[in-house]
Amino acid sequence: MNSPELQHAVEQFLYQQAELLDTKQWQPWIDLFTDDGVYWMPADPAHQHWDGVPAIFAEDKNLMNVRMKRVLHPDAWSQRPLWGTNHVVSNVVIEKVSANGDVQVRSRFHMMELRRDDVRHFAGAYRHELTKVPQGYRIKLQRVDMTNAQAAYDYVLQVWV
Amino acid sequence: MLQEHITDLSKYVEPDRVRREVYTDPAIFELEMQRIHERVWIYCGHESQVPKAGDYCQVQLGRQPMIMVRGADGKVGVLYNRCPHRGNMIAGDRSGNTGEFFRCSYHAWTFQHDGRLRSIPMMESGYAGTRWGKGNPDCSMKQAARVENYRGFVFASLAGEGPSLRDFLGKAIVAFDDMCDRAPEGEVEVVPNCFRVIQHSNWKIFLENQLDALHPSVVHQSTGRAAHEVEKDIEKKTGHAPLSYHMLSAFATVTIDKWDNFQTLNYPYGHCILTGYMGLRPKDPDTLAYEETLAKAYGKQRMEEILAVNIHHVLIYPGLSVQSPLQQLRAVRPLGVDRTLTEIWHFRLKGAPEAIYRRSLAYYNLVNSPATLINADDLENFWKCHQGLASDGGDWVSFGRHHGRDIEKDGVVETAPNCGTSEAPMRGQMKAWAQYMGNGK
Repeated sequence: MNSPELQHAVEQFLYQQAELLDTKQWQPWIDLFTDDGVYWMPADPAHQHWDGVPAIFAEDKNLMNVRMKRVLHPDAWSQRPLWGTNHVVSNVVIEKVSANGDVQVRSRFHMMELRRDDVRHFAGAYRHELTKVPQGYRIKLQRVDMTNAQAAYDYVLQVWV
Repeated sequence: MLQEHITDLSKYVEPDRVRREVYTDPAIFELEMQRIHERVWIYCGHESQVPKAGDYCQVQLGRQPMIMVRGADGKVGVLYNRCPHRGNMIAGDRSGNTGEFFRCSYHAWTFQHDGRLRSIPMMESGYAGTRWGKGNPDCSMKQAARVENYRGFVFASLAGEGPSLRDFLGKAIVAFDDMCDRAPEGEVEVVPNCFRVIQHSNWKIFLENQLDALHPSVVHQSTGRAAHEVEKDIEKKTGHAPLSYHMLSAFATVTIDKWDNFQTLNYPYGHCILTGYMGLRPKDPDTLAYEETLAKAYGKQRMEEILAVNIHHVLIYPGLSVQSPLQQLRAVRPLGVDRTLTEIWHFRLKGAPEAIYRRSLAYYNLVNSPATLINADDLENFWKCHQGLASDGGDWVSFGRHHGRDIEKDGVVETAPNCGTSEAPMRGQMKAWAQYMGNGK
């Protein structure tokens, strides 16, 4: 059952997730995922499962590790210039609570990104499948439906949204 | 103004160097669109993008907004996306189905799938006695001058004259043969998704990079190393890592000196091939099952021939980069002198096991998606390249690597042994460019 406490705990978790990205704490961010957790940004909003279809991101923890190590490499040329992001997460709606405490939650985000002197904006919907652990929650699936997923990308995305 | 400073374009290109204005001058860009992109064979799309009658998709050829459409007779045609009445775009969506005919959203003129005028509202009362009506070709949507289809890949030329598609492609036609032959059914079909990424640089910078065998170990080191570390880690834990890790780690494990072992083959019209390194025949159960299906379809000997084709990239100048062994291609759509759109597609080998589709899909997602682990660093360099070319710090771009060592026979320029990083592909592309641009009259 949903409750103000549950709503609060889930919201705090989602804010923490976004905060870790904005503060570039990649390893703690990856640690938010379960061992079989997946980060997915669909290429097409109609897609129902991350596997076997074109996807902007479809990363298990191994691939998240590749991305993190790449970003941290001194010769990741595209990451050399000044860049940063700022997420705002809102409209948090708990869709389902399982008997074991697992939660399915949807929310909306807006991300402003600075690269060199240019600002870009991305917005969309999150859907999180969270599993209950003693410390709080871990992410089984983070689905990120970007509103502009199917528009042309002016330049590319470098890290998770 | 234009003619004042572009008096003789041939002076802009020497065998081993090119003037920087070739990349930065908007007037030269306009001429390129006229003399190259709106004249030669440009890739429109694959026929499986428009499987049913009335299916269409928009495509930009040079500066021209066009529509590729499947007619009721099954033929795929290419039309200018323009109503002959007042110039309105006919198709507003990137793709869709127009039904039995096109209908202009402004004054409801309708057209057959091949562009012929079908009806004008109140044709009798409004147009009787005028020169406007079905008999007048100016009342139909204009067709591309020439359209040809090779194994499902549709090309158009906006010029009535010129070589046939086959003559134009020459030996680079292997891009499509290699892709289709790897399918047990001899055909591919498009995976219905197009990744579209804009580069802030001139279109030629992208094409020159495609067969630049020196850049991967410099530019993609970060991803290569990261993938290599994780690959080793997975191997330690589970015994073997997916092939996609190998494809990424090769950028680091194939060190700068080893790239000279590869070879480029450079053909007329600026097309070129980089030979392969992808290690696509591991002895895993998926590959063996695929080989069995291929052998059943073609016989063992033919299967060996098909799988022995050694290609990494085929570049079809001036608008297409094909990675045939992984069934993907990038179409280049110049938007302006410093803006280039790439449209990236993946294809499914008809009749091949699902695992083979997923293998190349992994590459498509990791390398070609808008969250690419590879192209990101290319785009950074393309942008920096374009910015630097605006500088008065020098007038020339050099393509001198291994110049004079290439081997030319029967119009084909091969890089010499151990000269795989030769800048022969850039020299070949600029030679074709100069020929096209010089033939402007």
